[in-house]
Amino acid sequence: MSTVTDSIFTPATAERFDKLVTLYPVKRSALVPMLLYAQDEVGYVSDAVVAEIAQRLDLLELDVRGVLSYYSMLRTKPAGKYNVQVCTNISCMLVGGYDILDHCKAKLGIGHKEVTPDGQFSLEEVECIGACCWAPAMQVNYDFHDNLTTVKVDAILAEYAAGRGKDVK
Amino acid sequence: MPTLVSHPDEVRVLSRRFGQGAAEIDKYVELDGYKAVQKAIEQGPEWVINEMKASGLRGRGGAGFPTGLKWSFVPKTSEKPKYVLVNGDESEPGTCKDHVIFLHDPHAVIEGTMIAGLAIGAKMGFIYLRGEYRYLLKIVEKAVADAYAKGFLGKNIFGKEGVDFDIVTQTGAGAYEVGEESALMESLEGKRGVPRIKPPFPAVVGLYGGPTVINNAETIASAPHILLMGGADYAKIGSERNGGTRLFGISGHVERPGVYELPMGYNLKKAIYEVAGGVKGGRKLKAVVPGGSSCPVLLPDEIDVGLDFDQMGKAGTMLGSGGIVVLDETVSIVEFALRTIKFYQHESCGWCIPCREGTDWLKKTLTRFYNGGGNLKDINNIQYLAENMMGRTFCPLGDAAAMPTLGFIKKFRPEFEEYLKGARTEKTFITTEELIGASH
Repeated sequence: MSTVTDSIFTPATAERFDKLVTLYPVKRSALVPMLLYAQDEVGYVSDAVVAEIAQRLDLLELDVRGVLSYYSMLRTKPAGKYNVQVCTNISCMLVGGYDILDHCKAKLGIGHKEVTPDGQFSLEEVECIGACCWAPAMQVNYDFHDNLTTVKVDAILAEYAAGRGKDVK
Repeated sequence: MPTLVSHPDEVRVLSRRFGQGAAEIDKYVELDGYKAVQKAIEQGPEWVINEMKASGLRGRGGAGFPTGLKWSFVPKTSEKPKYVLVNGDESEPGTCKDHVIFLHDPHAVIEGTMIAGLAIGAKMGFIYLRGEYRYLLKIVEKAVADAYAKGFLGKNIFGKEGVDFDIVTQTGAGAYEVGEESALMESLEGKRGVPRIKPPFPAVVGLYGGPTVINNAETIASAPHILLMGGADYAKIGSERNGGTRLFGISGHVERPGVYELPMGYNLKKAIYEVAGGVKGGRKLKAVVPGGSSCPVLLPDEIDVGLDFDQMGKAGTMLGSGGIVVLDETVSIVEFALRTIKFYQHESCGWCIPCREGTDWLKKTLTRFYNGGGNLKDINNIQYLAENMMGRTFCPLGDAAAMPTLGFIKKFRPEFEEYLKGARTEKTFITTEELIGASH
């Protein structure tokens, strides 16, 4: 049983959070991972997520929001089911990162940080994701896709659209 | 999935288990895994630190601080618990070496963390991975769980009474700044990743106020190999005052991009033309950013230089994180400089004004310049701005933004001037003079 009654999270996640706070010398150390794992489950960091995490860590909601606003992977609005993150930093840019981004924009019909009307895809231009030697690269949720070409991107997006892509949590 | 590459000039120390399934603990043990840490337990902390000092290993995150010396700074006795913190928040553009280590040899990071812990008298270590590396975090988490199951972690490790060591893995959530050691500690403490003032240094007052050793993942993963082969032998592989090997990620316009393990001091020109197969499509080389995007650019006639901290320093740049980015003749330096500064502007944590405002104005000025609204004075303004950011911030992010910008302006000034001529004739952007004039 979770230490929090009426948890908004699934029992598995609630249990995971119970354990997470015990790992560190200070409970607050669990804050950043907790926000990210909560986002994985809920889709974004909602007001309810902030409230429960604050409760779990004995923090003010303000403290949680202060941290939340700092980290670029955390969002306070829903993204698409598949969040496409295209790297355009130097190593990717040199080998066509912007072409990949433009292709995704055209293909999905959305721009940076926008969501398709059906909620399936969202798109982001992101900074270096650490795949420089296999550029150009992108992530869909947490999955890496590298050595991209526009043809390869089409195939990847089709896999996700067909529900066959990995939905990494 | 990152492809593994190889070249005959490579010296495989750190990467010798890559591609052999060493993420599985049994395979790792079969390949001499967890021998070094047991040797360290037998020989004691002083021996470990002496071997590390003898190895000449210098911090692979980019600063190049001697690792053995860093470990020796931790006070022997402390009222507060001591910690080891492994920096796997790899985010410097052009850098993907830790990615490969976590993927192929996560136990080397774990074993190295334990060795660092033994050396300084810590009983707990943290391995912090950037949030984007979720699949790698899972690999490391499994490796840690397997090590616990074998009795390699936890209480009385390897059956040795009173020898305890715990490891906790941690994920970030997207922030380049957190790769700076004091911001990393803030993040691990559940706060915004802003830097702390130094001194006190982490070796004295670090995580939760306790003495802390913070090392890059590659540095930590090198420790077991050093103890197995002996510090002196490890040092011999590299160049003077730069022991051992290093993982160099070569990317951009080369025929065979990839992460290669080369001895410290290996020639940069050879690394590009032989190891990585030369400039893609036989085109002409224009420039090289030698160690991640914060390192000042080198011109083609400046790359006949050894890849170590001292030689690169003498060449007016830095070895940095070992991410070599190769630019061919087709690249617009104006565009490249803009993309570089856009990154640092995005990642500035906002704590120090010279960095927060400096990166923002550099981005604004370069954006206007790139879009055709620039003038000759902008070039001087960019230089002036960048020069005034240098050394005026708590952490090195301000420098990391200013240094490459200065490099581009100084070495490619004619290209910036030329760019103005080809620029659009119709004025769509307000100039600095007009902006200032309008407010008077």
